[in-house]
Amino acid sequence: MLNSDLIAGLSACVPSDSIIADLEALRPYECDGLTAYRQLPVAVVLPKNVEEIRAVMQFCLQSDVPIVPRGAGTSLSGGAQPEKDGIVLSLARLNQILEVDVENRLARVQPGVRNLAVSQRVAEFGLYYAPDPSSQIACTIGGNVAENAGGIHCLKYGLTVHNVLSIDVVLATGEDITLTVDAPGYDLLALMHGSEGLLGIVTEITVRLLAEPPSARTVLAAFDNVSLASDAVAGLISSGVIPAGLEMMDKLAIDATNQFADCGYPNDASAILICELDGNHEEVLQQVKLVTQMFTKNGATDLHIAESEDERLKIWSGRKNAFPAVGRLSPDYYCIDGTIPRKNLGDVLKQIYRLSEEYGLAVANVFHAGDGNLHPLILYDASNVDEFHRTEVLGGQILELCIDAGGTITGEHGVGVEKLDQMCIQFSEAEIAQFRLLKQAFDPKEILNPGKAIPTLTRCSELNGLHVHAGAIPFPDIERF
Amino acid sequence: MGDQTIQLIHDVKRASKDNEPLEIVGRRTKEFLGRATSGTILDISQHTGIINYEPAELILMVRAGTPLSEIRDTLAGAHQCLLFDPPHYGVGGTIGGIVAAGLAGPCRPYTGAVRDFVLGLSCINGAGEHLHFGGQVMKNVAGYDVSRLMVGAMGTLGPILDISFKVMPMPELNETILYEVSEAAAISKITELSRKPWPFSGACYLDGQLRIRLSGGSESVLAAARALGGEHAQDDATFWQQLRDQTLPFFRQEGTLWRINVRPNTTHMQIAGAFLIDWGGAQRWLRSEEPDDVIRDVVARVGGHASRFRGGDREGDVFHPLSKPLQVLHRKIKETFDPLYLFNRGRMYAEI
Ligand SMILES: Cc1cc2nc3c(=O)[nH]c(=O)nc-3n(C[C@H](O)[C@H](O)[C@H](O)COP(=O)(O)OP(=O)(O)OC[C@H]3O[C@@H](n4cnc5c(N)ncnc54)[C@H](O)[C@@H]3O)c2cc1C
Repeated sequence: MLNSDLIAGLSACVPSDSIIADLEALRPYECDGLTAYRQLPVAVVLPKNVEEIRAVMQFCLQSDVPIVPRGAGTSLSGGAQPEKDGIVLSLARLNQILEVDVENRLARVQPGVRNLAVSQRVAEFGLYYAPDPSSQIACTIGGNVAENAGGIHCLKYGLTVHNVLSIDVVLATGEDITLTVDAPGYDLLALMHGSEGLLGIVTEITVRLLAEPPSARTVLAAFDNVSLASDAVAGLISSGVIPAGLEMMDKLAIDATNQFADCGYPNDASAILICELDGNHEEVLQQVKLVTQMFTKNGATDLHIAESEDERLKIWSGRKNAFPAVGRLSPDYYCIDGTIPRKNLGDVLKQIYRLSEEYGLAVANVFHAGDGNLHPLILYDASNVDEFHRTEVLGGQILELCIDAGGTITGEHGVGVEKLDQMCIQFSEAEIAQFRLLKQAFDPKEILNPGKAIPTLTRCSELNGLHVHAGAIPFPDIERF
Repeated sequence: MGDQTIQLIHDVKRASKDNEPLEIVGRRTKEFLGRATSGTILDISQHTGIINYEPAELILMVRAGTPLSEIRDTLAGAHQCLLFDPPHYGVGGTIGGIVAAGLAGPCRPYTGAVRDFVLGLSCINGAGEHLHFGGQVMKNVAGYDVSRLMVGAMGTLGPILDISFKVMPMPELNETILYEVSEAAAISKITELSRKPWPFSGACYLDGQLRIRLSGGSESVLAAARALGGEHAQDDATFWQQLRDQTLPFFRQEGTLWRINVRPNTTHMQIAGAFLIDWGGAQRWLRSEEPDDVIRDVVARVGGHASRFRGGDREGDVFHPLSKPLQVLHRKIKETFDPLYLFNRGRMYAEI
């Protein structure tokens, strides 16, 4: 289809001020949070209501035009990266909180509502929305559903899927469905979570709100090496305490953050743990005692308990700014997202440092230790082609380490465009085939976010033919596709 | 006994070759649930055993035929539990049956549903292939979430073989407080209290009594019990267990039992019959002989759904009917796993 025909077709579905087609205005949409990969779409459409979404979907279905849904574009896996011959369907204008039902502790929102806006809106009732990705000032609830986003407090309060009561979806056919928790039938509500925009457009979300805990205390502990800190994590989880959050940062991340934000992390520490405990006042005090004992037993060299709310927020501000802080150390960074059993944290981190040396690329670690969800940040310079290439290979190797350690290639950022090869390692061909069939059941013409999240069987069989052992792909210089 | 994977795959392959429908069964403690189905029996109850239990990692991996009671006892040995508190209907019920039926106890709105604790599972598809989804880690978004899709699918997507759960520490203390109030007052009481972060793990109204269970660390449970007043209930543990297992006198009477899910503060459901309020208002059990249509209309008007849990016509709609596009989607999804419609044909809906 000619671009001009495509735009004419879209103009019949939405008013012209809802279509972006000139080059300069398209630029901000050429990538998401995974800036290493870029592609301009033919057009971006910004519908204002569900009727317009339906009309766009029907037009694209008839004309075989690929649609890439987009929330805030903070995805770190290229999930919202445009297709060359397709359109980006931005949900940004659907940004209203439609209902706050205080009695039933829920909020009904449009998909373009920012994550943090929900908690801000309901704070006056003593309520909040628990999943809190570090990107929460920007990312949207629709994007959170599509990625099943997690956050610092997911250890205790669950991921997006655990906090959503109902969603409305426009299918690739233009039909509407409503999916509700605990409803009979297949659990399509769960299936839609983390489906990366491949199965339908989420047009409305009802989220569960929680009552603010009366008390929250944060413990900051320093360790001489990451192994000791890792053992402290495993030890704490096995003791039966479930902290609200349990985060780790290593030396490189601590130094970067200290320079960037006034968060007062101990300068001489090789690793720190940030542990938050919340709930009833007495219980929190009891748990703080237990946690500090446990950390001391595991070799903490320095322990600090935030005495005031300001101090608590200061500790967290460092963690929340850690990505941008690390980002200042080099022109670019690449964020990896594997999850492993907690008992293997120390070992896997050790191997990551070994690989980092081998590839000559620095790696900083800032991550959700309590869940075993690693976020190694590989520092590189995108203008150096060789360095970027080594970064990609190193990233792949780290993911394979995670698989070997009994884990998974993505805990919360999604597969997107970047982890398709590792999908072929984590899943058998029959399992990949099952995923592909599911996609076809929802979207037989594969117009929704094609090419993302699930590799083709051809890609997997070619790759498995090449795959020798634990990521050592022969002929790394030959381009793979 | 033990690992029956090879045998079960073999049985499915044969059924697939002969195009012969299969009825998947464990210990048959939930045979009353869902629509009638028929077929050659595919017995999972011999596929038993705990494959891996690591209390320190909070993970448990079991074969689907393992009896619930064995799992409960094993976990209790390490002061851990399945926090969704699965019901025991009769003796010997299997964990696979619980997962396939997606059944959680009275704590569900506070601690989570079955699917919230399933980290991964393996199953057999209609071609006799053994597939694994999810894993044994806490967070995993690689591929579609097929493990959660299998939960509550009533076996219609194929037999579940092995399941990994996130297990949790047992609450240190459970306490129940009791208020003698009218139904309307009970609903507004739960609604009002739920706006504060009390450590609730159950809220049930029956026969003029509102019971609220508190669970968690002893400090917080005791502090909450003090602050909330009410009476201390003596029958505590027994009541909640009988509610969960449906052995209270309310459940033992003849007739049709409905499971209704609505927004918690729903009040105006005019249906002749007897109600029990569970899940802090989000789930209502109803004993009623009113026609199905009448009940479903009333419930649909308040935005909920109503399924027959026990009794009534098992050839008709048992679960709340699906919208037209959802019906089509269910068929298509069914066919991706089971193109020959071998597994538990019609058990959930006539069309799947
Ligand atoms: C600094 C930083 C920190 C981050 N921290 C975290 C973290 O702690 N935890 C975490 O989980 N993630 C984190 N992320 C990743 C990202 O923020 C999340 O994945 C988020 O959920 C994406 O939301 P979004 O609105 O930006 O979606 P987008 O990036 O626009 O889209 C993400 C995917 O969802 C699809 N999509 C978007 N909206 C819809 C819709 N309405 N219907 C259907 N599909 C849709 C898109 O096609 C795409 O595949 C971080 C990212 C950054 C940049």
